[in-house]
Amino acid sequence: MSDESALSPESAIRFVEVCKSFGERSRRHLVLDRVSFSVPSGKTTVIAGGSGQGKSVILKLILGLLRPDSGQVLVDERNVSDQGYKALQELRMLFGVLFQGAALFDSLTVFENIALPLRERTKLTGTEIHSRVAATLEQLELTGHEDKFPAQLSGGMKKRVGLARALQLEPKIVLFDEPTTGLDPVMSREIYELFARTQQRLGYTAVIVSHDIPQIFTLADQIILLNKGELDVFTDASRIPFSTKPNIREFARLVMGQQVV
Amino acid sequence: MNQTEQHPTSVFRIVGGIGDQALYILTDLGRMGIFLFFALIGLFKHPFRFKELIKQLGFIGAGSITVIFFTALSSGMVLGLQGYYSLHKFGAEGMLGSAVSLTLIMELGPVLTALMVTGRAGSAMCAEIGIMRISEQIDALECMAIDPFRYFISPKFLAALISVPLLTAVFDVVGIMGGYLAGVKLMGVNSGAFFAGMQQSVTNHDLRLGVIKSVVFALLLVWICTGRGYFVQKIRGAGFGAESVSKVTTQAVVISSISVLIFDYLLTAVLL
Repeated sequence: MSDESALSPESAIRFVEVCKSFGERSRRHLVLDRVSFSVPSGKTTVIAGGSGQGKSVILKLILGLLRPDSGQVLVDERNVSDQGYKALQELRMLFGVLFQGAALFDSLTVFENIALPLRERTKLTGTEIHSRVAATLEQLELTGHEDKFPAQLSGGMKKRVGLARALQLEPKIVLFDEPTTGLDPVMSREIYELFARTQQRLGYTAVIVSHDIPQIFTLADQIILLNKGELDVFTDASRIPFSTKPNIREFARLVMGQQVV
Repeated sequence: MNQTEQHPTSVFRIVGGIGDQALYILTDLGRMGIFLFFALIGLFKHPFRFKELIKQLGFIGAGSITVIFFTALSSGMVLGLQGYYSLHKFGAEGMLGSAVSLTLIMELGPVLTALMVTGRAGSAMCAEIGIMRISEQIDALECMAIDPFRYFISPKFLAALISVPLLTAVFDVVGIMGGYLAGVKLMGVNSGAFFAGMQQSVTNHDLRLGVIKSVVFALLLVWICTGRGYFVQKIRGAGFGAESVSKVTTQAVVISSISVLIFDYLLTAVLL
């Protein structure tokens, strides 16, 4: 029994009948099959599912890095696929993205990585950039590491630097792609607490793609589950085993076991 | 019976395979064409990254001086020796300066410089961009609404277009000095005859041909090497991860080198 009330009229992002497939014509693999859902503004939406179910594809479609085969991806009620180069650049200014591997620039220090969006996308002076980055470093407990290179950081620190960089332009929407992959449970919990704190303080719309089930559900205002092309939306994790979609019920049984049921 | 059933299937498979490969090559060429267009447009986008340009000039240009110097010296000395033995048979040693300088300025200078820069800097550029692609650094730039072409690809183009002709000039000078060492100092050709022959035979047209070749080769090598790295995940048969970067880097060096050799012939045929 899915929770349709999760589809808020004040949606930051909407997917309408989106199809996306990969591979060459003879070996086409359909990843998303007529998928529709909404991401409510100012809330945290978790997109969960097994590997290869299209979770990261959803993020790339939102960012316009991929185009849907059919259907519409609407951000701020603007169709991402219809945007020209400049309009897409403007639309991307709404986003902050924390990539799976943090995607820090190897040749730049922690400070330079965090300062990059400010240097490239704002007209702030060097002093202003320095003070803003220093404040962020302090908030994310990274002070003292600003001169290190990404290769000298631990996995958890890389994620924090990635988050610091993602938040520099004060985005309205922050996308997290598998944010705790490769981290131990203690570090994962710290990262989740950090997400919750920053989301509460800045009030952005968060979309978190993760397979860290069921821990990730503690952050969620809305949960989107994907399995074998089927998708269901929930506002309460305890409702997942009662989904009307057989593939979602199967996923809940296999992955969540007795923890929720 | 069995044969008649299988025959058309295998024919269709072969024709289909050829068509599929042709479509892939066309798509790849189109992709690379669009890449070149955006890289050239990126040269005129504000603000241009002069610091990155200086860094790339250092890497592609200054960093290649040593390999260019030794390649040029070796080529020039070999040309001097071989030229001397060939010309000596006809009593025309006086033509050595002319033969060495013309060969270096019109052919060996531009070609060997381009091949050396491809091997040293082109491969590194391809691998760097490939790693940036697979580690999502290029996606991260796009998500921050930073144009990756303006940010780091176009400065590489400009640096190559400036560096390669200058390195070619260095190659020509060092090569001629190598020829002089071998021909004049070792084999005893008259120094005056060596330089007089060079002055009389080398024209502005020859110099222009060398410069045009070096600019075209620079564009080819930087385009192919950066482009292959940029599209590392779209190249058929490249595989994934680190393996894909290594395969594509090798491919970039091979394609770039072959393109330089083909365009060398074409430019010589058209402009000589």
